[in-house]
Amino acid sequence: MKIKSLILYCLISSIFLFSLVSIWKVLSTLQGIDLENFNFAIILTLGIGISLINLIVGDKFHKAIKSIIFAILFTFVDGYLVQLMPIWYNIGIFGILIFYSFKIDKYNQKNLDLDHSSQTVVFEFLTLFGIVLFSFVILFPFYMMIVTSFKTQAALLINPLDFSINFAQDIKELFKSYFVIFDTYKFGRYILISTFVSVGTVIVTLIFAIPAAYAVARLNFFGKNFLSTSILIIYMFPAIVLVIPLYTVFSQLGLRNNVGGLLIVYTATTLPVAIYMLQGYFKSIPKELEEAAIMDKLNWFGIIIKIILPLSIPAISSVALYVFMIAWNEFLFSLMFLDNPNSFTLSRAIQYLSGDAETPRQYLMAGSVVVTIPVLFIFVYFEKYLVSGLTAGSVKG
Amino acid sequence: MSDTLSKIEKRTAYILLLPAVFLVFSIILFPIFANVWISFKEVGLKDIRIPEPRAKKIVKSVKESPDKIKIIYKLRNSSLILDIRDVKFQDKIPKNTEPLNLDERCKLKSLIINCNFGDWKAKYKENFQIILVNNSGEKIDKKEIKSIKPKLSGKSDNILLNTNFTLKNFKKVFFQNEFFDLLSTTFYYTFFGTVGSIVFGILAAQLVNQKFFGRTFMRSILLFPYVGPVVALAYTWELLLDPYSGTLNNLLLNFQVIQEPLNLLGQKYLTINFFGFDLKLRLALTTVIIFEIWRYFPLAFLFILARLQAVPKELYEAADVDGAGPLQKFISITLPQIIAVISILFMIRFIWNFNKFEDIFLLTGGASGTRTLPINVYEQGFTISDIGMGSAVSIVIVLLLLIFMFIYFRLLGRRADEN
Repeated sequence: MKIKSLILYCLISSIFLFSLVSIWKVLSTLQGIDLENFNFAIILTLGIGISLINLIVGDKFHKAIKSIIFAILFTFVDGYLVQLMPIWYNIGIFGILIFYSFKIDKYNQKNLDLDHSSQTVVFEFLTLFGIVLFSFVILFPFYMMIVTSFKTQAALLINPLDFSINFAQDIKELFKSYFVIFDTYKFGRYILISTFVSVGTVIVTLIFAIPAAYAVARLNFFGKNFLSTSILIIYMFPAIVLVIPLYTVFSQLGLRNNVGGLLIVYTATTLPVAIYMLQGYFKSIPKELEEAAIMDKLNWFGIIIKIILPLSIPAISSVALYVFMIAWNEFLFSLMFLDNPNSFTLSRAIQYLSGDAETPRQYLMAGSVVVTIPVLFIFVYFEKYLVSGLTAGSVKG
Repeated sequence: MSDTLSKIEKRTAYILLLPAVFLVFSIILFPIFANVWISFKEVGLKDIRIPEPRAKKIVKSVKESPDKIKIIYKLRNSSLILDIRDVKFQDKIPKNTEPLNLDERCKLKSLIINCNFGDWKAKYKENFQIILVNNSGEKIDKKEIKSIKPKLSGKSDNILLNTNFTLKNFKKVFFQNEFFDLLSTTFYYTFFGTVGSIVFGILAAQLVNQKFFGRTFMRSILLFPYVGPVVALAYTWELLLDPYSGTLNNLLLNFQVIQEPLNLLGQKYLTINFFGFDLKLRLALTTVIIFEIWRYFPLAFLFILARLQAVPKELYEAADVDGAGPLQKFISITLPQIIAVISILFMIRFIWNFNKFEDIFLLTGGASGTRTLPINVYEQGFTISDIGMGSAVSIVIVLLLLIFMFIYFRLLGRRADEN
């Protein structure tokens, strides 16, 4: 057995164990448990001990028996260290240890002897570690957003670390923040406006983009190459350099505080990517189909409606979803163009809400949940289409 | 025959393209050129409102004579700074009525009063009065008079349309605006944000490219920060990082990692003692960069994952036969395969991060050393209300952007040549 592999195996596996236990401790703290120490040294030593015993015992015992023994041992020691914790905390620790023991079970004296065994150990544990850490770091803010929206101002002030939700209380109390933002802050109206603007943007963009994309994909005309490259270049210009002239012109034309004005701007900013995505797909449709249609004396309108559209439903859906997402999430233009609370979009309304320092933060988070849920729902439900949209759109964000 | 066909084709193409091209031209290209024009002018936010002549009509009955009625027009120039020339006024009066002692600036012609008020200075105000008499001595209907709205028109200079140009804005941008501080903050933010998101993108892609339970689920989760609305995510992070009631600080304090709360978004520098050297870390900027990485690494991840999945499995099998370790495999197989994607991603993300506005604006508002060029555009234009300056900063951004794009397209071109 190589010494280097052995040391790496012991160290890395126990650090992995330590981080699993620590994340569990952080989550438990957020349920109102009074934990103040990660006990780094002790848990690391225990981890090293367990890893070594695992090697020595090898496969003399069945791995289930081995895991249970390790888990009971560890839970007992950890329970002694932290003293009198609720039973669910200890069950969590027990579960983590079972998982951990199953993961280290495949290491034995033989495979630590192989070539590159130290690298393999590092890579395998880094993968595990990465999965746990990435999930934690990404999901934690979303978790916090949801939990905070169910708390009260007083509870948050008394103990900012207590994220536990009291499900026993009245449903009206539990969802109080949501009732308040819908009743007092007119969020129902903002949802309607946001939906109207986003869906409107999708429809208008498609009406403008489909013929244009068809022309770029199929027809020969002067300036075609120039146009194709310009689409990409225009797409790269950011909203911030358009804001001042648009603000000036819109003010003078009286288009500010007008949802229609916002819709025009959203359409124009999403058009280049919509055309770019669609023309790529149109090019992949066999030309013969259209030639047959030309024989039947269909004009271009007929060709687009009867041949191109039915064949490109996937591409059109992915453009539609992508444009919807951009319009729904958009913030800068709605900040610039809307300052009358009657015509706010959801994003603008939340920003307006936060401008008032008195607004309790659970209302802010309830608003954030309301604006986030539809996008995440659409994303998870239509992931296949959206991912291809994201990759083709490739750059915006 | 074919000649006419190609003509028809061309015409069709132009008809199909026209709406989209028109819209993009007016909402995207026109503003970019308009920026150039505005940046050479001294214009404030209040200057862009066009001055209008306005009249508020008040109708009053005259005591003891029901056949008479008094109309007061409160006239004013809506602008506080600009004059209006050649103001014209027009209002209708009901049948069978006649104005008494009509002002000499006005004329009556078939029940329409036309007045010529001449020039109004800025802030001009006047109470203009007309007394109407009914010819047959009957009572005049007040409501009828009220319902008729007077029409006013006038000519004024639009400060945006005159041809007074100045270089003042650019002088200010380069010499009074801490320009190099701005530029260095922007590059610092852009560079580390880009590199960070790519590094984490590679790591995440490596992870998801392996087989494990819940892999597709993991892929969805990894994209959450990218698809979520920036407003919601930024405010959540703000709560998370708050020095007093924020979760992060309270957790760190609770586990005794730090002794006093860190104001992660409000403190410009953090001095770290590193083996006896005092290192000054730009704290707020670093926090903003971390948010940026958190939000945009999913995009890099998506691209690199797509590329990784296209790498032929045989390459790895051959490496196994040759006895290569995981690190060696990564360096000599994976990395060369994804290097093209990485370089393109780097350019794209660099350009986009360079223009990033919302994230910083929502987290810090540009305070504590996080003022980048895009934030400066907003500040100049709408906080300090100097539209001209804002445009001048926009022009600087556009110019830098054009340079980056030139490099990017050169790079793309070279890639295309190689393949």
